[in-house]
Amino acid sequence: MSENIDTTLAPLRVGPPRSPISRLLESRLIGWVTLAAALLAPFVSASPYSLNVMTTAAIFVLLASGLNIVVGYCGLLDLGYIAFMAVGAYTAGIISKSFELPLLFTIPAVLVMTILAGLIIGAPTLRLRSDYLAIVTLGFGEITRITANNLSVTGGPSGIFGIPGLLKIGGLDVENPAVLYYLTVLVVSLFVLASARLGKSRLGRAWRFVREDEDAAEAMGIHTYKVKLLAYIFGAIWGGLGGVLFAAHLSAVSPQSFIFLQSALVLMAVVLGGMGNMRGVVIGALVISLLPELLRDFASNRYLAFGLLLVIVMVFRPQGFWPARGYERERATVDVDPPAVATEQGR
Amino acid sequence: MTQLIWDGLFVGSFYALIALGYSMVYGIIKLLNFAHGDIYMLGAFIGFALLTSMGGIPASLSLGALLIVLLVSMLITGGAGVLIERLAYRPLRGAPRLAVLISAVGVSFSLEYGIAAIAGPNPRAYPIRLEGGVFEVLGARVSLPQIVLMLIAAGLMVALNFYIQKTSTGRAMRSIALDTNASLLMGINVNAVITRTFFIGSALAGAAGVMAGAYYGKIDFLMGFIIGLKAFTAAVIGGIGNIKGAMLGGLVLGFVEAFGSEWFGGQWRDVFSFAVLILFLTLRPTGILGERVTERM
Repeated sequence: MSENIDTTLAPLRVGPPRSPISRLLESRLIGWVTLAAALLAPFVSASPYSLNVMTTAAIFVLLASGLNIVVGYCGLLDLGYIAFMAVGAYTAGIISKSFELPLLFTIPAVLVMTILAGLIIGAPTLRLRSDYLAIVTLGFGEITRITANNLSVTGGPSGIFGIPGLLKIGGLDVENPAVLYYLTVLVVSLFVLASARLGKSRLGRAWRFVREDEDAAEAMGIHTYKVKLLAYIFGAIWGGLGGVLFAAHLSAVSPQSFIFLQSALVLMAVVLGGMGNMRGVVIGALVISLLPELLRDFASNRYLAFGLLLVIVMVFRPQGFWPARGYERERATVDVDPPAVATEQGR
Repeated sequence: MTQLIWDGLFVGSFYALIALGYSMVYGIIKLLNFAHGDIYMLGAFIGFALLTSMGGIPASLSLGALLIVLLVSMLITGGAGVLIERLAYRPLRGAPRLAVLISAVGVSFSLEYGIAAIAGPNPRAYPIRLEGGVFEVLGARVSLPQIVLMLIAAGLMVALNFYIQKTSTGRAMRSIALDTNASLLMGINVNAVITRTFFIGSALAGAAGVMAGAYYGKIDFLMGFIIGLKAFTAAVIGGIGNIKGAMLGGLVLGFVEAFGSEWFGGQWRDVFSFAVLILFLTLRPTGILGERVTERM
């Protein structure tokens, strides 16, 4: 019982950040700066190509922030995250095409479908060891893609195309790339904010507790199964909405967009950015999605580099480049570790 | 019907070979080695490189050449497995499970795209193709290469079983699986045994890779992905951590797939076997032969 193993992934911060750099990084301004940069970017370059790249990056940020709930907060490894995006994109695409509806009105159906998908995968596996979840989600990702490839409802290998735009009100056509970009940035920043807030809520604390020590969490009265399932479902919702944006952006959905590589890239964004730290995750996502566009030479061997980087980061810095810091004050050290001599005397 | 059983048996013996590595490693250090399927791919490519460098091989010698290549590839993939363990898994022993899993995904990714960078992303045709007489046994079409490959697989499994049951290293493996700390206290060199486990598991996967390359004739850098998933399914069906369970699970999965694709159509084969995995995890997570109670994290 005398073992006092510190299992926290992240170093605890006590008091205000020390160095000016970490004070800068911890300040609230950084979120606003990123948002402003995203809003101003089209004024720098508004060619169809750069708008396309930026919209894709914004959707990628949304996916990473959703996966961060599952992997970062709750510590459950999801290797088929892109499947939720596929479920969202296909549901939105099929419904809006067959009923001639703008994509916006398909969101309730998308929510229902993604939550269902999350339950189907999560419910049987979350009771088991977390390794099983990892490989089952990996299988789920592949199966979703193969199913979409085989069914006729989903258009088979060529997928669905000609999906109506997100919304059309009078003169404001959301299909215009610039308008769609701004809308995407708006939605994405709201969801990033929401998931950051979720991480600090009561539920978020429960998630981190489960991640650090599941048995202790259960002993403290947390219904770990329910909490893990909730993390999984939240992640699914984020992914599904990412899928709706994806369908709106490309106006086409095909199985090739949902290969394992995509899931792995989202995971890398979360891991490299810093698991559980929403700012780090956003930056990780931006780096992963924009770097290959900026450095063409790097693009050919980037997957090899990413793979090696994953191993190196895990070995040398398992909490990610920019991990979440504990923001709650540590208790006074007195009741943490009573000196051994005192206990001897007390006996 | 007999045809389906034979096909299932044949494919199942491949799954069993790969599932063994999964199951051994998992049984001993509770690590899901995601890169295991990619070791299979690596084996296929090493075999490919060796056969290509040997130049033209007369058809009469192809089986002998294949056996030599098989052995050399097994040695190399075994070494690769040891190297991976040393670099990517050993520093993380005792680290949170999530870190180890992510590291394993990173290894898998590096192997896949490393091979893609070296050998090119396009599928390659294997330089030798096993050809042999086809004859009918009880209404099933059976070919000579199939029999030879199955005999090799069975031989490897029997040898492994002997190794684990009868030798002192095998006894050490079983004792580490039961209790690592107690084994350490009993004077077992745990690290050496874990290294040896990785060597054997990876060598078996490499053998399966060469055999698959020679039989199907086409290899590509992503071929290990689905097969790794299937091997895991086989290991779970049989009871993960259980050596005989892995063999049984492989065969069961082979049957299930053969019958599943007969009933639902070949394009649903992977979906079907995955559904079996979910079913097993829900109803009997310990598998057919697994007695060990599922531990909580």
